[in-house]
Amino acid sequence: MSALPDIVYRVPVRRHPVVTFMQRQPLGAAGLIVILVMIVAAIGANWIAPYDPLAVDYANLLAAPSAAHWLGTDSYGRDVLTRIIYGARTALAVGFLSSILGSVVGAIIGVASAYFGGKIDLTIQRLMDVILSFPIIVLALAVSAILGKNIVFGIDANLIIAIATPMVPTVARVVRSSALAIRELPYIDAARVAGYSHARIIFRHIVPNVTAPFLIMLTAFVGQAILLEASLSFLGLGVTEPTPAWGLMLTGAAADFYQQAPWMIVFPGVAISLAVFAFNLFGDSLRDWLDPKIKL
Amino acid sequence: MLRYILHRLVLTIPTLLGVAVLVFLMLRMMPGDVVEVMYRSEGANVPPAVIEAEKKRLGLDQPIPVQFVKWIGGVLQGDFGYSMWTGRPISYEIGIRLELSLQVAIMATLLAMLIALPLGTLSAVFRNTWVDHVIRVVSISGLAVPSFWLGMIIILLLLIYFHWNPPLIFTPFFENPRENLSQLIWPALAVGYRYSAVVTRMMRSTLLEVLQEDYIRTARAKGLRERLVVVRHAMRNAMLPVITVTGLEFAFLIGGLVVTEQVFNLNGIGKLFVDSVSRADNTMLQALVLLVSVCYIAINLVVDLLYAVLDPRVRYR
Repeated sequence: MSALPDIVYRVPVRRHPVVTFMQRQPLGAAGLIVILVMIVAAIGANWIAPYDPLAVDYANLLAAPSAAHWLGTDSYGRDVLTRIIYGARTALAVGFLSSILGSVVGAIIGVASAYFGGKIDLTIQRLMDVILSFPIIVLALAVSAILGKNIVFGIDANLIIAIATPMVPTVARVVRSSALAIRELPYIDAARVAGYSHARIIFRHIVPNVTAPFLIMLTAFVGQAILLEASLSFLGLGVTEPTPAWGLMLTGAAADFYQQAPWMIVFPGVAISLAVFAFNLFGDSLRDWLDPKIKL
Repeated sequence: MLRYILHRLVLTIPTLLGVAVLVFLMLRMMPGDVVEVMYRSEGANVPPAVIEAEKKRLGLDQPIPVQFVKWIGGVLQGDFGYSMWTGRPISYEIGIRLELSLQVAIMATLLAMLIALPLGTLSAVFRNTWVDHVIRVVSISGLAVPSFWLGMIIILLLLIYFHWNPPLIFTPFFENPRENLSQLIWPALAVGYRYSAVVTRMMRSTLLEVLQEDYIRTARAKGLRERLVVVRHAMRNAMLPVITVTGLEFAFLIGGLVVTEQVFNLNGIGKLFVDSVSRADNTMLQALVLLVSVCYIAINLVVDLLYAVLDPRVRYR
């Protein structure tokens, strides 16, 4: 009698989901690393940045990149690298806050629209259609012009509202369609039969099941929000001087002098592109990982 | 079919009306009006009586509902009124700038299609290979790079290598096509990059979906060459969503033009929009926003109807 072969059990190694994500989505992981670097730069700007972002130095106007000023100086002699590092604060704060605001409001509208259905749904959907038919930048421009400025903790709260507004209908649409599918499932009927309140059914039964699309939209919108903030600041309707902001570094004197001092515009633009790129990459991979069927 | 068309047409009416009301209300909510902006720029101490007279002339003293009815009544007859800033008819002001913006938009669309269709197809066919990775990185960058910054970089490069600066005067196409194209190709490229990125991504994702269909397997099973499977069977079926996205992006190109025209010194619709915002020229802004939204809604409608013609399932839903 021959010996039985040894049975090898392959026990799947349980890894932390973050580790699995990094392995399966290398591009997304690269995005995540850039985002983390930005967050560190934003939080530690006071220690990392070599100069004061507002310090004017008339001896070094439009100085080319050198050992003292790695990325050169602008038309007031302010250090470009320093302003880019501080600009990460503005970009991240506006990016995160506006996409959280836009996604939360959109998700509430989407879930409510799906849950109550009927006339409420129809009215909300028509309203969302109206908002969707405005170009994003036009809508943001209009909202920011109407609301004016309202600085809270150094950030323009109304700018955040302006950037969040165009996101609302898109989020509402996607969340609504996910919620509609869930509404028809038996456990929702069961919850109704059990006599639970609308609020309880919405928050305990429907909301947890639409978190995947919600999170995907949220990350995807951070990049868009940063880009939109840069465009609005470029047009003079976003962040205003002397706050260091990337879009702002491309306008005003920079637009007049960039042919003589290209470093003034090259590096802030790279910062914007890299940041938006990182968030898009991360958002894309997150979608592939959580729910590939969602289209943005 | 006719019923479906009528149904869709009727549904656009509340949307259009909503857009008109929203535009109008938003503009009335903006602080400051054109008269103030005009006299503030004069820097003089203008007596209130003059300001009142000017407001009366522009109809700004009437209640908002009355203003709205007057405006919408005119629009329905094709009359957009007069610019509050220049005093010339809106249709004239838009007309002289439309040619330029429309040409940039069309050139950007052609560029985008030319780049996006092959790239999107390659990306889907060679999914998860280095080809796909490179194309995906290029197209995600397209969504990340601000078009106005790309414009500045293009000008910078042209200046360094060809000592070329954007000319201050616009040359119409029929006057001197060469001059015209060499002037407008760069802004078209600046806005077209983002545009092509959007279309590439759409092409890739729909093609991936189509490639999993049964009829693709059948085509392969009957021994059709892979090239023909992709070109004849897959690409054709993937085109519809791609065309949709191209159309909708076209209507929204104004968003890219708003910032890009500033960089290239172009006096088009985008610049007109930004100028009108700073001048509080409400009648002009109403007309511009309405124009873009109507384009968007119209393209949406055409796409929906096209779907219904091509796919009978849509009609009966």
